[in-house]
Amino acid sequence: MAALSSGPAPFSLSRGAKISFALLAVYFLWAAAQLEFTAERFIVGLDNGARFLDRMFPPAIHDWDSLTRGLTESLQIAVLASILGILLALPIGLASARNLMPTWASWPARTIIALCRSFHPVIVAILFVKAVGFGALAGILALTVASVGFVGKLFAEAIEEISAKQVEAVRATGASFASIVIFGVLPQVFSRFVGFATYQLDSNLRNSTMVGIVGAGGIGGTLFSAFQRFDYDFVCAILIAIIAIIMIGELLANQVRAIFIDNLSFGELLRRRFSGFRGLTTERAAND
Amino acid sequence: MTAAQQVTVGATAALSVRGLHKEYVPGQPVFRGIDLDIAGAGLTAIIGSSGAGKSTLIRCINRLVAPTSGQILFEGVDLAKARGKPLREARRRIGMVFQEYNLVERLTVMENLLTGRLGYLSAFTAWRRKFPAADIERAYGLLETVGLTDFANTRADALSGGQRQRVGIARALMQQPHLILADEPTSSLDPKTAVEIMQLLAEQGQAAGIPVLVNMHDVLLARRFAQRVIGMARGGIVFDGSAEALTDDMLKTIYGGEQWLH
Repeated sequence: MAALSSGPAPFSLSRGAKISFALLAVYFLWAAAQLEFTAERFIVGLDNGARFLDRMFPPAIHDWDSLTRGLTESLQIAVLASILGILLALPIGLASARNLMPTWASWPARTIIALCRSFHPVIVAILFVKAVGFGALAGILALTVASVGFVGKLFAEAIEEISAKQVEAVRATGASFASIVIFGVLPQVFSRFVGFATYQLDSNLRNSTMVGIVGAGGIGGTLFSAFQRFDYDFVCAILIAIIAIIMIGELLANQVRAIFIDNLSFGELLRRRFSGFRGLTTERAAND
Repeated sequence: MTAAQQVTVGATAALSVRGLHKEYVPGQPVFRGIDLDIAGAGLTAIIGSSGAGKSTLIRCINRLVAPTSGQILFEGVDLAKARGKPLREARRRIGMVFQEYNLVERLTVMENLLTGRLGYLSAFTAWRRKFPAADIERAYGLLETVGLTDFANTRADALSGGQRQRVGIARALMQQPHLILADEPTSSLDPKTAVEIMQLLAEQGQAAGIPVLVNMHDVLLARRFAQRVIGMARGGIVFDGSAEALTDDMLKTIYGGEQWLH
């Protein structure tokens, strides 16, 4: 009988991989020790955490006015920043697609997007607060920058993945460059673009609750001052309110996606929503 | 020129290729010294083994690929050197049908047909989707011609291969072209559909009175539908004559090898 092959066993990790994992584990333990990430601190922290949670319940609203104003402002910041950001991301993202544009257009556009993405929205908010003063304008500008960076980059990547064949066919009809983009490129990326836009709306809603901490408007300011006054039950109420608007925002985003991507009519939208609540699979029901 | 090379006597050449040369890698030409005249209604088939340069040649004609050197005269414009508006105006007179249909998948059949008129519309009008009523009527007429009236509002990716190719042919005809190029239009289709598509191409070409230039692999189809056959091998044209003159010996020269012939 011929000897069995003495190669490596199937699915086994290479020597290099095993050594890397070992080194990684060692590094993790060493770095944790450097940062005082000990089990003892964790247990003390848990105790502190429990006491903190205790002071937060039951939630109480100390200042209705401030809460509603803050929430409305956050919502407005999110919506305005999303609209501005998405509108700007369209041409900038298009310009940075390397399969469409020459280098002299794509390179500056890619640089702009990279710059927009480099900083966390809160840092950008600090800069804008310094530039345009306290208030919602700084927040809107900061989140617009974040939106342009995120949506622009993903949009450019989506364009770089399109099928060149469809574009070639439109080109062969003698269409101008703009027509080629509108009819050959955009239809291929439209639904992904809607996905990115709704995700960014969701993300901006979250970020808008945060920029207030540095004075750029929204519920963040209310939250931070409640925190500093040790009104932890008000803090809890604000957190619950934030959870509520984020969830509403997500529901809205789903409906927007359904309208634009699946081209559902309004009636069909409502039907699906109610059937979903009743746990029915509408897809099969519609096809029977 | 022999009678086989000029299908309609007395017609001036719609397309005149002189000394066409293309190399992707310097020193390794795909083809060189191609001289070709296409005139009058009739279907011309270009055959040759894979890599012989058939696809590149067809794509050079409407400048989807830029030739390295040579001349491509189409209705008074040298497509090898044209750019910008003259190039687009020449392109809109050349309809093209692709091997993989190349429809815009997410658009409906009607929308795909209307993209055939983009060469005649300004970008602004096209963006506003204000296509002239005549174009829309022509689209419906062509849908009937290719037998897809019921699919006007179906998304292109919901169609079968044969249906997609019909839309592709209709889109090319929407341009009211003076020449139709087809790059292996039947290579992705089953034998029966392939015959239907070739029939459609031949008939529509005759009806419009324009030449149809088709790349193909299937020699039987070429013999059946083409009035003229051009064989490419080793970077040049080795055969140019009627389908009847295409002997087995000639096929051996074009494709090489013997096993496949019998």
